[in-house]
Amino acid sequence: MIEGILIGLNTALSLKNILMVMIGCFAGTIIGMLPGLGPMTAIALMIPITYGFEPSTGLILMAGVYYGAVFGGSTSSILINAPGVPGTVATSFDGYPMAQQGKAGKALAIAAYSSFAGGTIAAIFLLFAAPSLSKVSLAFRSPDYFGLMILGLTAVSAFSAKGHFLKAMMMVVLGLMLASVGQDTLSDIPRFVFNNMNLADGISFVLVVMATFAMSEALTIIFKGSDPTQAAKQISLSKLGSIRLDKDETKKMVTTIPRSSIIGFIIGVLPGAGSTIASFLAYGMERNFVKDEEKQKFGKGSVNGLAAPETANNAACSGSFVPLLTLGIPGSGTTAVMLGALLGFGIQPGPRLYQTNPEIFWSVIMSMYIGMVILLILNLPLIPYIARILAVPRAFLIPLILFFSVTGIYLMSFNNFDIYLMIGIAVVATILRLYEFPMPPLILAFVLGGLMEENLRRSLLISDGSWAFLWDRPLTLCIMVTIVLIVVWQIYNSYFKKK
Amino acid sequence: MRISPVKIISLLFFVFSGFYLYYAHQIRVFSFDEDAPFNAKTFPIYLGYAGLFFSGLYIVLPERKPSNVNLTVLDYKKTITLVVLMIIYGVTILKAGYFLSTSLFLILSYITLGEKRWFWVFTLSFPFVAFFMFLLHGLLDIYLRDPFLKYLGIIG
Repeated sequence: MIEGILIGLNTALSLKNILMVMIGCFAGTIIGMLPGLGPMTAIALMIPITYGFEPSTGLILMAGVYYGAVFGGSTSSILINAPGVPGTVATSFDGYPMAQQGKAGKALAIAAYSSFAGGTIAAIFLLFAAPSLSKVSLAFRSPDYFGLMILGLTAVSAFSAKGHFLKAMMMVVLGLMLASVGQDTLSDIPRFVFNNMNLADGISFVLVVMATFAMSEALTIIFKGSDPTQAAKQISLSKLGSIRLDKDETKKMVTTIPRSSIIGFIIGVLPGAGSTIASFLAYGMERNFVKDEEKQKFGKGSVNGLAAPETANNAACSGSFVPLLTLGIPGSGTTAVMLGALLGFGIQPGPRLYQTNPEIFWSVIMSMYIGMVILLILNLPLIPYIARILAVPRAFLIPLILFFSVTGIYLMSFNNFDIYLMIGIAVVATILRLYEFPMPPLILAFVLGGLMEENLRRSLLISDGSWAFLWDRPLTLCIMVTIVLIVVWQIYNSYFKKK
Repeated sequence: MRISPVKIISLLFFVFSGFYLYYAHQIRVFSFDEDAPFNAKTFPIYLGYAGLFFSGLYIVLPERKPSNVNLTVLDYKKTITLVVLMIIYGVTILKAGYFLSTSLFLILSYITLGEKRWFWVFTLSFPFVAFFMFLLHGLLDIYLRDPFLKYLGIIG
């Protein structure tokens, strides 16, 4: 492991990769600050650029964007009570009241230190958990993988769209249907191609991500008449105050950070749960842990109340890399986008990644830590200036997002058909978004479609067409029972539980 | 009686799944693969049924948490104009070239969204695209097909 860490450090600390982390954190912070544009859009916009780089550099850039976007979301939560991403909603509970009391600088510093500490602790957990889990996951068979993928899709549907489970499941099926277009991987038989050569290789992953996130988010902003840049304008005008923390505040953070990191990391590892649930759980748990006197301050500017969700949020981001790097199965929409990008580089994440591409495995883990340091020393003092850059009018921002999306696809295929297809998917996605159909399950299903079919094929061929493989092995049985419990719980919650 | 838009979307998805299932059955597999436990059409067939099941369930079950969208406040004009501009952009990008079509797309989009500061409209179109092309083509060595600039002799 020491050798791996050194390889990772060597790769991550190269001048080019440090520059990429810096650019990623900076770009991510800018996009994350805009309400409505989250980490997935930020990463999606980066994918075409990363194809010109080595895989480790590309992934380091995307990881930087991810952390930057989460940090950017916290900033708009604290300063103007407008969370850029769902994972930072809990941050606004105590961050915004602090800002209103004239302690915006302090609130930002608490958020930055907590994010740094949470991310660092989780990166250390990841350092030890990922290789161990990689070894364990070598024992997994096709039925287990198939079950895990269904579990991931079900969990993301259950958690990403509270109260809209059936809508999310429809999105899962739609994502799998889109993934089935093109030649069958084993027999090369064309499926749903309709004699169109442009569809023979299937639909590009970048196309689907760009259409369902970057493009449809931009169209939704125009459709609804909202102005995300308004938030940035308010941030650049707000007075931050001192960013120094006193002894008492530091002491409170020291007790909160370890427990919130643990809960954040564990929740992040679980498929589907992600940073939103981690931050809410940590907030609730912290409220139960603190003394009655501090409990009264919750919701009114409590240091513990701000530090807990911020720590858990970032720890969950690191945790979500565990299933991606060790099993090759993303647990969230954001890591699904990263998996798609990795597959685009010709790299199959999974238990063997640790052995076959140690420089990628370890450099990503190391770059996470470097990303945290950069966020702390670079972004915190620069927030008002970043916001000033960001306060570009909507009339410029939206066309530029659309331009980057079209350019991304044009650079990859040089044909008009892909552009038309992307516009078509974006229009449909915009309408679906309007009626609260969640997009992350669609992306996750699209990315996992091929792998799912492959594992189902192997399982059915081994069991000679019998579906008994779903309960033959204890591990598969446990996974299937969990899936059934999630589905039953969701349907009960949505349709039978009294309001 | 007012039918919920989400139910209509679910109905459309139900019909779409029906078509998908029909075409899944039409996939031609090798004769020796016809009776195999798994062939090229097995997974799509399951997906078709899954689509029918989930959309059917949404249509049948009562809506406990309906999505309320006020259709009267939506900006149809600007959205449709932007979509049309993107389609025109897609049509012209290969023929007119990247530089010209992208610059014109950006200018028209800025104007559509109400921008009137002509200095910025111009700066963030032709010069911006030229700089972006220099970054891609000149620095990152990413090939960009542009017959217009080739005709002018600017790129090879």
